Amino acid sequence: MIEKTTVIKNRAGIHARPAAMIVQTAGKFASRIFLEKDGDRINAKSIMGIITLGASYDTPIRIIAEGPDEEAAAGAVEQLFIRRFEED
Amino acid sequence: MNPKRFTVLDLLDLDLKEHDALELRCIGGRKGLGREISGPDINRPGLALSGFFESFAYERIQLIGHGEAAYLHMLATQDGLTEIHKIFSYPVPCFIIANGDAPEPQFAAAAEQADCPILASKLSSTELAARLMRVLATVFAPKTSVHGVLVEVYGIGILLTGDSGVGKSETALELIERGHRLVADDVVEIRCVSGNILMGSGANKVIGHHMEIRGLGIINVTHLFGVGAIRDKKQVQLICKLEEWDAAKVYDRIGTDEMSDDILGVRVPRLDIPVKPGRNIPIIIETAAMNERLKKMGYHSAREFNQNILRWLESESARAVYFGRDESI
Repeated sequence: MIEKTTVIKNRAGIHARPAAMIVQTAGKFASRIFLEKDGDRINAKSIMGIITLGASYDTPIRIIAEGPDEEAAAGAVEQLFIRRFEED
Repeated sequence: MNPKRFTVLDLLDLDLKEHDALELRCIGGRKGLGREISGPDINRPGLALSGFFESFAYERIQLIGHGEAAYLHMLATQDGLTEIHKIFSYPVPCFIIANGDAPEPQFAAAAEQADCPILASKLSSTELAARLMRVLATVFAPKTSVHGVLVEVYGIGILLTGDSGVGKSETALELIERGHRLVADDVVEIRCVSGNILMGSGANKVIGHHMEIRGLGIINVTHLFGVGAIRDKKQVQLICKLEEWDAAKVYDRIGTDEMSDDILGVRVPRLDIPVKPGRNIPIIIETAAMNERLKKMGYHSAREFNQNILRWLESESARAVYFGRDESI
């Protein structure tokens, strides 16, 4: 299992488009991937789940990946946050 | 279990209806609305007001009814301000004044000074206490969130679970189309109330009753199918786990053995339903719901069927003995 902590840096927070990007990225990996905010943990392969987090600007998010390609999976999802979901 | 703080503001923000409505409004000490309510208990501060602070449950919501209000009035008119100020030296989350009474001006001033919120409700103190207990019991109930879809089918709350892409949302969509109701899609928040009832609801009001269907995107179920197709919460009574058909796995063919899952310490019956092209899953779920209702009414199809077979075999062997067809006699 691998865990990474990141912070949401795009102004709008995680709305539908960033959520879809996360789901698409997470879906490419076999590992089970989760996002955690304030102790609420959701499946990163579920778009409604990610939106339900209500993650806004500057919120810390934990990325948890577990499985055969966990390293690459967590890294790829983290990259989305670092690149601000290609926004701003 | 829940690291999020529950504040006085959250209490005011709760969307409560009918017999749960608290009819609260804030009438003073607004700066303290961020104070945390740490537990589901409430306290009547009579003893503390009279100066006895030993074992004063200051961390609870303080409820002021007719008696306390009358005593406060007496204190206010007889210069008993020290007691009033002393009670505000404790980090009380908030005071709630019942019966629609107005607070004594001195009491309100002291609260304002201490940034301690005062809420008022028109309800009688007994009714308010009962509702508060019920509401707070739900707020502080153990909760968890599960990945799945909660639907109500023929009055039975069914949680559809399974891996991503197995067709939970599509199955739910067809159930809705057939007249059943959606409670929550994707993230189902489950609270264990009264120790043995699992109440499931959507995690978020804003995006509630929306579904993601691959190929369509996000759809609004309320607008598409009408308010008759949704409900806010429902007890989780049955789990249907959808899984890809696995030729190596042995599926239940009779239904006399029951599987169950543990959610927050409550056992919920579970059915494993294999998904395969040509199998109409919504109809299987509907049948499972009706079968579950029969079970609740005391009729267990599979067991009853087996009982009948046993009875029949018994009568067959009795007949054989009676007509002397059994060679062993």
